[in-house]
Amino acid sequence: MAMTERVRQLRKESYDAPVTLSAERALLLTGFYRDSMGKYSTPVMRAKALEHLCENQAVYIGDRELVVGERGPRPKAVPTYPELTCHSEEDLRILNSRPKTRYAVSDDDIAHYRREVIPFWRGRTMRDRIFEGLPDEWKSAYEAGIFTEFMEQRAPGHTTLDGKFYTRGLDDFKAQIDERITRLDFAGDPDATGKSEQLRGMRIACDAVIRFAERHADLADRMAAKELDATRKAELERIASNCRRVPRHAPRDFWEALQMYWFMHLGTIIELNGWDAMNPGHLDRYLHPFYRKGLESGALTQESARELLECFWIKFNNHPAPPKVGVTAEESGTYNDFTNINLGGVMADGSDGVNELSYVMLDVMEEIHLLQPQGNIQLSRKNEDRFLKAALRVVRKGYGYPSLFNADGVIEQMVRCGKRIEDAREGGTSGCVETGAFGKEAYILTGYLNTPKILEIALNNGMDPRTRRRIGVETGDPRSFPSFDRLFDAFRRQLQHFVDIKIRGNQFIERMYATHQPAVFLSVLIDDCIENGRDYNDGGARYNTNYIQCVGIGTITDSLSAIRTHVFDDRAVAMGGLLDAMAADFDGAEALRLRLANRTPRYGNDDNYADAIMMRVFDTLHETIDGRPNTKGGRYHVDMLPTTSHIYFGSVMGASADGRKAGAPLSEGISPVQGADRNGPSAVIKSAAKMDHLRTGGTLLNMKLLPSLLESHDGIDKLAQLVRTYFRLDGHHVQFNVVDGATLRRAQEHPDEHRDLIVRVAGYSDYFCDVGKELQDEIILRTEHGSY
Amino acid sequence: MDHAVSTGIIFDIKRFAIHDGPGIRTTVFLKGCPLSCWWCHNPESQSAKPDVLYRRALCVRCGACVETCPEAARSLLPDGVERDVSRCIVCGTCVEACPSGALDRLGREVTVDELIEEIGRDTSFYDQSGGGVTFSGGEPLAQPVFLRLLLERCAEHDIHTAVDTCGFARPDVLRSVAEVTGLFLFDLKYMDPRRHLEFTGVHNDVILRNLVLLTEMGKDVLIRVPVIPSITDTVDNMDAIGKFVSSLSRRPRITLLPHHKPSEEKYSRFHLERRLPPDTGTPSREELQALASRLSGYGLEVAY
Repeated sequence: MAMTERVRQLRKESYDAPVTLSAERALLLTGFYRDSMGKYSTPVMRAKALEHLCENQAVYIGDRELVVGERGPRPKAVPTYPELTCHSEEDLRILNSRPKTRYAVSDDDIAHYRREVIPFWRGRTMRDRIFEGLPDEWKSAYEAGIFTEFMEQRAPGHTTLDGKFYTRGLDDFKAQIDERITRLDFAGDPDATGKSEQLRGMRIACDAVIRFAERHADLADRMAAKELDATRKAELERIASNCRRVPRHAPRDFWEALQMYWFMHLGTIIELNGWDAMNPGHLDRYLHPFYRKGLESGALTQESARELLECFWIKFNNHPAPPKVGVTAEESGTYNDFTNINLGGVMADGSDGVNELSYVMLDVMEEIHLLQPQGNIQLSRKNEDRFLKAALRVVRKGYGYPSLFNADGVIEQMVRCGKRIEDAREGGTSGCVETGAFGKEAYILTGYLNTPKILEIALNNGMDPRTRRRIGVETGDPRSFPSFDRLFDAFRRQLQHFVDIKIRGNQFIERMYATHQPAVFLSVLIDDCIENGRDYNDGGARYNTNYIQCVGIGTITDSLSAIRTHVFDDRAVAMGGLLDAMAADFDGAEALRLRLANRTPRYGNDDNYADAIMMRVFDTLHETIDGRPNTKGGRYHVDMLPTTSHIYFGSVMGASADGRKAGAPLSEGISPVQGADRNGPSAVIKSAAKMDHLRTGGTLLNMKLLPSLLESHDGIDKLAQLVRTYFRLDGHHVQFNVVDGATLRRAQEHPDEHRDLIVRVAGYSDYFCDVGKELQDEIILRTEHGSY
Repeated sequence: MDHAVSTGIIFDIKRFAIHDGPGIRTTVFLKGCPLSCWWCHNPESQSAKPDVLYRRALCVRCGACVETCPEAARSLLPDGVERDVSRCIVCGTCVEACPSGALDRLGREVTVDELIEEIGRDTSFYDQSGGGVTFSGGEPLAQPVFLRLLLERCAEHDIHTAVDTCGFARPDVLRSVAEVTGLFLFDLKYMDPRRHLEFTGVHNDVILRNLVLLTEMGKDVLIRVPVIPSITDTVDNMDAIGKFVSSLSRRPRITLLPHHKPSEEKYSRFHLERRLPPDTGTPSREELQALASRLSGYGLEVAY
């Protein structure tokens, strides 16, 4: 089926639109805060701020659009959130001029910032207050590149909505809130006042989003009145009717259902700039009843449903990520805001979750193939191979999605953490690879942890060799270590030290958000915030998980394996000589560097010597992190994903014992070090599966395949079996880059001819020409797996 | 077990092999082949003896091989290292010493136990995909006792086996191996005996008799025809193959294997004579299709 002319135009407009920064939200919010500071409780203040935005920000309906609403004044005009991070004039100038992930900023907006926004927010933003309140040891570790911090300029997000608002409108949620308020026990419950303020805020937020929709209805009416084309006039009238119906009431048909989700999406991302924007979750299963009903009544055809879906799909691409600066831009340098749509899996009752819309959506994904949204399949043993193969035929196109997840493993991870199995089945993965219970959980990524850097600190007795500052604990001079175990113990103690610092910082930041930045609208949509009378940011959700994402398992495994092999087993290299060579970036010691790289058992080859070290590192990470309490009644768990932090983390490190040169990228996700895997894809999978994925909240494995492998049906079949085997071994996720190195090198040389080349980066895809040179090189270096 | 029969010489193991039989497979390449086909892709596998491989591009001239060689067979040159073949005993010391991977073993002795462990590593993939192990070469039947032991052990582990053979072996050897083999990938190259001798170095009468033998034993056989432009792809040869295969009991399926240019470097590296005309290219899809339909005219199932 070919795209309609409408879709083709909308897609092109979205693709071509320049990314600009809009100061509109910042100015409206600044005005509101100036006038209202001190008038209301914090949750009510936040709700009224949302109301002010929904009442006053520009509304936009584009030509030919069927699903309407933008976060900013027009597509790809990105608002800012000065209450969280107030960009300086310099920040704005850098955003306007930096070569990659640029945001055009007008001189007017810079002037507005200078005159109104910056003077008001300086010292009052979350970012300012967080950095002010964090202890020095946290700052030292952060500056050294031991870890990153997700909430220093964006709000906790990482969440996904479930199906509840396809059967209930915001009026129904308001009724639920009112009913909850009537049950507050002001005499007996010391928290009743706080709950009451929170619930009032949530109620105001519902009205704010309803109002936002109504303003779109009014605009559509005005546009319809002027429209000469009868067909478009009817569409605009229908859009107006949709926007009066939803989100106040539950949607009645397919079109209203899409518009319903979209207003929920917009409400949450106008309220705050939570990570991963917002995710629709299992869109195929939520929309399926509307699709069936429409086809049966004749109100919908397969073609019209598909066109609506494609119009909806394009909306996500209109929203590049809010502009990031500093370390956060390094760890996540992309326009992609990580919306990730789940297909397939199993239903709450355990039955097969694949339906006809799952296939339609795979087609839509293939046809639209813009940067956003991402899509994934949740593959259960209950799903037919046909579903997997349909997904692989899209993978073959080389857009880097859909990514493939092990639905049964994801469910088991959640059950391990105490979730109800029904909630786990309604959950899935979002962002890059993160596991969560959709619509019922705050599952927060707190930051990346640079595990090879922690080994580097251990090898330097607590000192950071880059700055000569002592940021770790004194664990002894490794030259005196009698055994590998002694070295490993030093690593373990440094890890403990830095995880303590990291978690202490996160507990503080978490309280700051709980106290100062409630997400009142998001709280309406996440169970059981209403019942608990508590905010999403304050433990109101049914489940509250914090993840620490550990980076560089391949690099640290190979480094430890090299030291164990050459220093302790073979005694062919002295520890002192090795450390000196690393300090000199192997200058004059190329033969040693090659020996370390080539004559060491390395992770990714199904080599038990190396893989046992990987498992030991993983177990140590798990013991150190898993189960520690957060401040919201939930616990910390381990994730294994990097976004782009493996580039940044490599840049803060000297040479490593696996022969990696100073500043070079680390391995990404749980993938082997780039080029270290030499026994083919099944060996990579065997190595990766020796990690116990069920004790994580997500792992990320990237493999680069040569297009030739996927040319035949037989190739697709074999790849399907490879994926099935990985999932049988409890692997969490795998994604394939289907593009050969020659193409990538050509694109690097001639970016203009390859502007639309999308590649898999780490749990997401990006335009190859938009990623930095180091990352481009790193992607090219990843081992290509062909067929033998 | 007698050490001599429980070890063999292999030159490579490829995991995730997807063109050597059903499912996801591990292909074990046994070293040594009685044929020397003009189009051979692995000419280094023809000799049964292990050797040491040198990749000049990876060499950093560190001298580690020169220093460690117990026979003083290595010497440093301005652009690499050289080996005195008359002194080298192929002990592998230099390979262990080489930091860059420029030196590598070409062929190594392995025990049945070691190989079975290696093959077993991908059992999950075989189970999932209906795959298994394929013994290829070289010519696996050239190490028949070793091969038979391997096949028996695979059967004990419930691992499906395939033997990729040129068919040139003593019939009693083949019969013994066939008793424990799941599938034969049987190369049929050229039907005319004289030209077969010219292109491969051996007569094809044994080969053809062996193919009859296997089909009469009721073995699962997949015939593979290498399509070498202007050599095997002639009308006469295809018709002869069609006639012959259609006369066999159970009419085995045929797969056409399109020729790909073997690596020039490989030939020069091993000082092997290159007899295939250098302009021999890869047959197009259309050409393959035409050959396939010609063969199907004989009532055969043909894939390409």
